[in-house]
Amino acid sequence: MALGRYRSLLTAVSVAMLWWAATCSPSAAGSSDPTNILMKDFMFAPTSLTVKAGSTVTWVNMDDEPHTAVSDTGLFRSAAMDTNESFSFKFDKPGTYHFTCSIHPRMVGTIVVQ
Amino acid sequence: MSDEQLLQSRRNALKCMAYGGAGTLFVLAGGVFSPVDLALAADDKLGTARLGKPLFVQISDTHIGFNKEANPDVNGTLTQTIDLVNGMAERPALIIHTGDITHLSKPAEFDLAQQLLSRLRTTELHTVPGEHDTTDATVTEYFNRFGKASNNKGYYSFDHAGVHFVALINVLQFKPGGLGTLGTEQLAWVAADLKGHSDSTPIVVFAHMPLWTIYEPWGWGTGDADQLMEQLRRFGSVTVLNGHIHQIVQKVEGNVTFHTARSTAYPQPTAGMGSGPAPLKVAADQLAKMLGITSVSVVKHPRSLALSDTTIA
Repeated sequence: MALGRYRSLLTAVSVAMLWWAATCSPSAAGSSDPTNILMKDFMFAPTSLTVKAGSTVTWVNMDDEPHTAVSDTGLFRSAAMDTNESFSFKFDKPGTYHFTCSIHPRMVGTIVVQ
Repeated sequence: MSDEQLLQSRRNALKCMAYGGAGTLFVLAGGVFSPVDLALAADDKLGTARLGKPLFVQISDTHIGFNKEANPDVNGTLTQTIDLVNGMAERPALIIHTGDITHLSKPAEFDLAQQLLSRLRTTELHTVPGEHDTTDATVTEYFNRFGKASNNKGYYSFDHAGVHFVALINVLQFKPGGLGTLGTEQLAWVAADLKGHSDSTPIVVFAHMPLWTIYEPWGWGTGDADQLMEQLRRFGSVTVLNGHIHQIVQKVEGNVTFHTARSTAYPQPTAGMGSGPAPLKVAADQLAKMLGITSVSVVKHPRSLALSDTTIA
């Protein structure tokens, strides 16, 4: 009996999560800028972004801790961004660009320019 | 002194230090250093200086420019720390700052930090940069102000009172996803620098990021530190200091004692608690309590290390 109730609760949670995923994820909501990368909870979000050549990508820091966006090849390097500060870079040539936060090097991300 | 008396003194010290950051006094006795909480050492009645010669104070992570909720007045807490040092009956000769002097490497932050630190009534201030001090690609702002000792390399050594001090930089050459790095050039320099010193010379090594792996997922360590430790192994008394993690952690491994320092600015969570090492926000009344927990072990430091003094001597 108790197990059955637990199972139905699980089902309800699963349904709620599916609903959330369908309606609230960035792709479905369409509210997030496709050329923005957020720095939040010590992660780049999204960690991988695909844009067309000529696009300008903007990094925005949402954490209380400063972050940077530094290209592995030295192509671009932001200053330290405090909370709500941002940095933009225009990608002219197609290719795959890896970047990291120089303050928290475990934060890594990739931009694919088509 | 009883535990109760120590706790009472601790409470009094915390009343003076609303944020409790302060620093650590290192007392030299029999060639071995003992760390003493600065707020406690500054209290004459404790007689902590009787442990030996108070040689230097370590302060760290002053983060000048930080203005968030975790501590809106980092200038004030640094000033309180400086007042503690200046007010000591037997003032230490050296101050060692283990990095993150500024929060965002901005010229104005460095200027303000220099201005605040110039109030220290000590003859020497030695620094190493943190990753917050080196966010400009050329590290120009840090080196313009603090680069002289190292000829803009970031690593250097000096001697004081028979102790050999080695300052290292491990916040450049970050590999994505990795730990801090010393690099082959710096490691070769350390080998040459230590060569002329006898095994009985007390050695103090300091850098910003931990020179031992405390928590790899948060980058709390230095990838090639084992090569440094290999070089230090022959010495009878080695003290390894760092900042970066804004809390006190220590370990003893053979003749090597490792100490991390608290920040004068704001605390950080213990390893693995939360999404990352963000400034820890706690209510003002809880902050003192939380720092109190950290400091109980600090109060015990002199005793446990006094014991290792006896063993080594």
